Amino acid sequence: MSVGYLPEGLPIPVPENDNLSKPYWDGLMQERLMVQRCKSCNTWIWGPEWICHACHSFDLEWQEIEGLGQIYSWERPWHPVHSALKGHGPYLIVLVELPYAGNIRMIGNLLGRPEQEVTIGAKVKIAFEHHKDADPPHTLAQWKLI
Amino acid sequence: MGARSLRGKAVVAGIGETPYYKHGHSPDSEFKLALKAILAAANDAGINPKDIDGFASYSNDRNDPSRLAAALGTRELRFSNMQWGGGGGGGAAAIGNAAAAVATGLADCVVVFRALAQGQFARFGQGQPVKTISGDMAMQAPYGLMSPAQRYAMKCMRFMHDYDVKHEAMRAVSMASYQHAQANQRAVMYGRPLSEDDYDASRWIVEPWRLFDCCQENDGAAAIIILPADRAKDIPHKPSFILGAAGGSDHRCAAPSHNHPNYASANFSSVAPRLYEMAGVTASDVDVLQSYENFTGGVMMSIVEHGFCKPEEVNEFFKPETFYAPNGALPLNTSGGNLAECYMHGLELQIEAVRQLRGTSTSQVKDPDISMVIAGPMVTPVSNCIFGSEATI
Repeated sequence: MSVGYLPEGLPIPVPENDNLSKPYWDGLMQERLMVQRCKSCNTWIWGPEWICHACHSFDLEWQEIEGLGQIYSWERPWHPVHSALKGHGPYLIVLVELPYAGNIRMIGNLLGRPEQEVTIGAKVKIAFEHHKDADPPHTLAQWKLI
Repeated sequence: MGARSLRGKAVVAGIGETPYYKHGHSPDSEFKLALKAILAAANDAGINPKDIDGFASYSNDRNDPSRLAAALGTRELRFSNMQWGGGGGGGAAAIGNAAAAVATGLADCVVVFRALAQGQFARFGQGQPVKTISGDMAMQAPYGLMSPAQRYAMKCMRFMHDYDVKHEAMRAVSMASYQHAQANQRAVMYGRPLSEDDYDASRWIVEPWRLFDCCQENDGAAAIIILPADRAKDIPHKPSFILGAAGGSDHRCAAPSHNHPNYASANFSSVAPRLYEMAGVTASDVDVLQSYENFTGGVMMSIVEHGFCKPEEVNEFFKPETFYAPNGALPLNTSGGNLAECYMHGLELQIEAVRQLRGTSTSQVKDPDISMVIAGPMVTPVSNCIFGSEATI
């Protein structure tokens, strides 16, 4: 039985070998949503990068933000493209825009019935999905309607 | 036209293809397919294959120019070129790179080629069987977002939301490809016509796309020989001049985790105007269009971004009749394209654009002078090119 929205067996996220995104994945395990922000010009950066795309400063910090946003776009996959998803049926992927962090966008699943109608603009909040027994243990950032 | 332009400086001398197969069904290895297509293109151009001195490809084609040159007995290798990134989005850029090479004296005779044998190698439309993942895909694959269709469906969904686009608009793209494939015996979908009911009844792959919104995966190879324009008189066909080519994408197109600012886009907002400027034409001058269908929604956004209709006009413009040769307002994918001829990663679209100017298409438009190709929507970099008849020079 899977602890998550999707069956077990999908690729497990791990930081790159230069650890660029490690604070994000570590944060999720502590139920904290961490993203990057430029200390020089305050631009929000997502996904993780070594440089600020606005001012070219390398001085970026990780900031905790509210896991609140709105659905910017969505899709409903039916055709399984991974062996773990064979026979699973449809599921929902949402692209969530975070107005409290410069409208950066994050990808996750929309919890609830996979057949539900989805509305662009609907408000969502984060749901931390812990996979403590996975190897390696990790947490995914999922989304649910408010 | 200023000196810093490709307009009219290179010409297509030859085109060549292997038979096209369903994926995994090629009797030949991928390298052998590449060789066969290159020999066919050289034969069509009336040149000795040993005179090819340059190779240009895209999407990390596995057939290394040095090995090809050795196998073909190339006298001297002078140009070994790979368009970096973007998969099928590199198809027109490879034409541009080859044209630039012959226009500037880097090489005298360049072949653009692409070969795929998916039985021998992995398919595109399946997630990779890995245990862990990092980087940008770590933000996607654990949520079940892995295939190209899944990577681009949300761009289309947002575009449909912004402009109230109906599914019928994308269906029209699919209808055009299947209609034209019925006239083309080379097409993998020859003899398999598609009705609107068939389309509507087909299964979802990933909403908003059904089975018939998605390209095939195929085996085969295609090749195009490019010469400097002053050799046009030696070509045993009506020449197709390269009027322009462009490749790239707009501001921060590859921003990770789907953070491209201009998200609901095929990524041609900057690339389309640059092509038209170099070619010295506008959308209304285009007689026939080949537009890469990875997914029909990408064709839809490509056509909008190339100025054939406004986004608010999509539901009206995207009718099958608009796209049917010979009399539609914009004859589209006249060989059947990626959906119904063959997914030769879009190089078959370049070949069809040349056939239209020669007058040898199986769905021929009447006396076209401007034949355009759009490659690989929604990826980055994307590319496009325009071929012109002798009258345009």
